[in-house]
Amino acid sequence: MKPSPFEYVRPRDLAEALAAIAQDPDDSKILAGGQSLIPMMNFRLARPARLVDVNRVPGLAGLAADGDRVRVGTLTRHHAMERTPLPGPLGDLLRRAAAHVGHLPIRTRGTFGGSIAHCDAASEWCLVARLLDAEMTVRSQARGTRVIPAADFFQAVFTTAMAPDEILTSIALPALDEHYRTGIAEFARRAGDFAIVAATAAVRVEDGLVTEARICLGGVAEVPLRSAAAERVLLGARWSPELVTAAAEAAAADCDPPGDAHGDPAYRRDLVRALIPRALGLDVRR
Amino acid sequence: MSSAIPLRLYVNGDRYEIAVEPRRTLADALREDCGLTGTHLGCEHGVCGACTVLVDGQPVRSCLMFAVQAEDTSVRTVEGLAPDEERLHPVQQAFWENHGLQCGFCTPGFLVLIAGYLEEHPDAEEAELREVLSSNLCRCTGYQNILTSTMCAARAMRGEP
Repeated sequence: MKPSPFEYVRPRDLAEALAAIAQDPDDSKILAGGQSLIPMMNFRLARPARLVDVNRVPGLAGLAADGDRVRVGTLTRHHAMERTPLPGPLGDLLRRAAAHVGHLPIRTRGTFGGSIAHCDAASEWCLVARLLDAEMTVRSQARGTRVIPAADFFQAVFTTAMAPDEILTSIALPALDEHYRTGIAEFARRAGDFAIVAATAAVRVEDGLVTEARICLGGVAEVPLRSAAAERVLLGARWSPELVTAAAEAAAADCDPPGDAHGDPAYRRDLVRALIPRALGLDVRR
Repeated sequence: MSSAIPLRLYVNGDRYEIAVEPRRTLADALREDCGLTGTHLGCEHGVCGACTVLVDGQPVRSCLMFAVQAEDTSVRTVEGLAPDEERLHPVQQAFWENHGLQCGFCTPGFLVLIAGYLEEHPDAEEAELREVLSSNLCRCTGYQNILTSTMCAARAMRGEP
């Protein structure tokens, strides 16, 4: 229950951080909020030789408008997301998703970018990033900056497209106009637990018609899963509660969730069916 | 590579000059190096909340933060809640009066969590406080008396009877 020894480096700026990780990328880890990494170190499931603590690197936290997008700094704490004054459907979604992340003392430390780089399939921020086709900006000393779309970023459990010497610096999300309906719903046995299944949605409805449909599920695959089947049902159709029910049915039929002690595949499909309408504010009883 | 490095911590307004390995958690540094054993360690992986302390006023799990990360911050532990030797903090008083504890192991974490939250959100309502209390585990009380104590403390801190 105590971590193995490691070398601690606390860079003062991003260049120092990139240099520190470049010295030994395979045995170094970036320490951001530490709310996933430190438990893994306490269990000695992770034993990095060097921790590069980026908590005091300036310029990595906060939300900023960037044209038709909102750029989220990687070090933005969950608690700050929970209280963001960002208006509109994107602000609503971020605040509601943040409230599902762990508990208050976890949210005061844990970070948006840390969650995304950690790549847990049930993480709210990974879901939101995949839902909105976020673009992840990563940097390394050797190769400079590159931008990775969410569809390529999340590869497998705890595995992203980032190289070991790269640092995730910011995440760009589309600023959603007022025609979007957004939401998140999840089911967990206890408040603050990782969801067994989580559903997020961003559906654009104009003049009664669905002009864009995004549905993303957690807990049904190794990485956040966009439900192409549900999105096909919604797109171009006339918005109604029945339409959402049909989309949820399609998503449930189309996904192939794993089974474990928390729920077998059929149970998870039932959760998919129930949670998509809830994510869109429709508490449909079956 | 892992030898002790000098570290200055500010805890409850006092300065502690200690030397710790980087792998020392803040919880262990408080207990072992500062001698402040009021902070308890239950699970050591961020689930139980017994080790909750305030860092710059915000509740954190001190088992999920390294002591070296707390350099230049202001840490507050359960020992720093009461204003003096004679009086209890309103949250401590409310726990005393409402049987908010039984074995007492989880109590420091709850006291710090609640004190920190109520000092920042004096008008917090019951639903919000229930959500905050869900952060920590108690295996004795069933939580009802902790909630009662919390509501009582909130009233006291607002100056209500």
